[in-house]
Amino acid sequence: MTLTTLDQIAYARSGDKGEGSNVGVIARSDAAYAFLREALTEEVVREHFKGINHGGVRRFEAPNMGVLNFLLEDSLGGGGSASLKTDAQGKTHGLALLRMELDIPDDVLRSVGS
Amino acid sequence: MKSKDKVLIANGQGFWGDSILGPVRLIEEGPLDYLTLDYLAEVTMSIMQKLKTRDPSKGYATDFVALLDRVLPKAMEKGVKIVANAGGVNPMACKDAVLEVVRKHGLEGVKVAVVEGDDILGELDGLMDGGEAFTNMDTGEALAPVREKVTSANVYLGAFPIAEALDQGADIVITGRGTDPGLVIGPLIHEFGWTEADLDQLAAGTVAGHILECGAQCTGGNYTDWQSIENMAMIGYPIVEASADGTFTVTKHEGTGGRVSRDTVVHQLSYEMGDPANYITPDVVADFTSFQIDDEGGDRVRISGVKGAPATPTYKVSMSFQDGWKSVGQLTISGPDALAKARLASEIVWQRLAYDGFEYPEHERLVEFVGANVCHEGVPVAGSDEPSEVVLRLGVKGPDRAKVNRFGSELVPLVTSGPPGVTGFAGGRPKATEIIGYWPALLDKTKVRSTVSVHELQPGGPS
Repeated sequence: MTLTTLDQIAYARSGDKGEGSNVGVIARSDAAYAFLREALTEEVVREHFKGINHGGVRRFEAPNMGVLNFLLEDSLGGGGSASLKTDAQGKTHGLALLRMELDIPDDVLRSVGS
Repeated sequence: MKSKDKVLIANGQGFWGDSILGPVRLIEEGPLDYLTLDYLAEVTMSIMQKLKTRDPSKGYATDFVALLDRVLPKAMEKGVKIVANAGGVNPMACKDAVLEVVRKHGLEGVKVAVVEGDDILGELDGLMDGGEAFTNMDTGEALAPVREKVTSANVYLGAFPIAEALDQGADIVITGRGTDPGLVIGPLIHEFGWTEADLDQLAAGTVAGHILECGAQCTGGNYTDWQSIENMAMIGYPIVEASADGTFTVTKHEGTGGRVSRDTVVHQLSYEMGDPANYITPDVVADFTSFQIDDEGGDRVRISGVKGAPATPTYKVSMSFQDGWKSVGQLTISGPDALAKARLASEIVWQRLAYDGFEYPEHERLVEFVGANVCHEGVPVAGSDEPSEVVLRLGVKGPDRAKVNRFGSELVPLVTSGPPGVTGFAGGRPKATEIIGYWPALLDKTKVRSTVSVHELQPGGPS
């Protein structure tokens, strides 16, 4: 186990979805996907975004792409043109998630070549 | 109507405000059958409706007309057909402007088709009288209380009207509101003769359309490992090479910047994806968990095996309504003690306003200290001396207004075609504002005679 950041084993892409944001997490390997399916739960993600998201978190899986897709339901300060926030579209929420620190098994780290 | 084995479809515009260089280069830098252009976001329709109210000849994406002025002769020469939702809320006016470009360039026989029927603003009351509730899909609220504030109402039309326009020989198809993937599916239906029953093919077209719809976001723009992307300035916009059975390959023109790989494509697939197993369009419900994705190397990614389910019985309606006002301003505050002074400055503003009777409750005001982790508020940032965010200010000036304005149109495109984490573009494209010159000089006192006259109020009116 090594304590490191999520960006070591995943990519991310985010954008708006109504009054919330859609954060896609893309595993860098099959082993990373298997690990993240267990580790990156709705609860863990909700806790990570508690300063940004004031609603629930829903997770969807797309194993064919190695993607875990998260909906943060109230994370844009209103959404659409009603938001006053700098990041009114949640464009940076993917990078925010990749800053998460977690204990990653060494074989998972090896599977992505780090 | 199986005219070709493979059809090349590109998207040169991810949103209203994307760089004009995407489509210009797509026309110039390699083979292409169709160029699609996506100009419409939810709020765009409302802005266009406002423009049309002020001037009945406006209300469409004028960027499209400027683009055609630049590329139409070459596009027609190469036989590239153009499909764009540039019509906004006034597709007929857009068509008139396009025909004016055709005339200006002396092009013969160019057919311009218009798809209408998405704009239901005029029929809204009749539909409500007929029992349509237009309940808000997110909140469950009824429309009736906000009906009077509605400024635009458009149905997301599907791809078949676009195919019909192409069947009738159109070189350019202008639509109003439709689904973004529909711009790509329409040409595929036309080329391969797909029907409503070809669910897997329509679903494959939907996946292709979703990959293309944000332009360079699938060719290395807004990509996590941005350091690994070469020549981002000259990034290639995406092209799909599609076959009649629904399999397709994502690629880009040779020699262009950026990259098409499994990872860059999956980045875009996961963008605004929602529930991947049920991606709903008016033509089909596509299953984004069904397909296989293979990186063939050489900037080619193949997608096969897409499955689709029958479409739902409803269209999605996008309405906008007058929901209040907003204002945002900013100041830059230097150190020492930058953050403490910024907090004080913010407090001063709210206190002075309150003194004068203007209270702004918490949920109706914004305080952000840009530079102090505004974007990732509350997210722990491990071991880094880097500032958590940086505000990039760029500017130009000069005597040529058009040249100064051209600069402003290259900032917002960075959101989809630059490094990841670019945001804060809500103010839109910066526009040229006039520089007011100051001209102090001297004049001999004898050249100036001062006069004094006295006036007073006359009975019955001012003097």
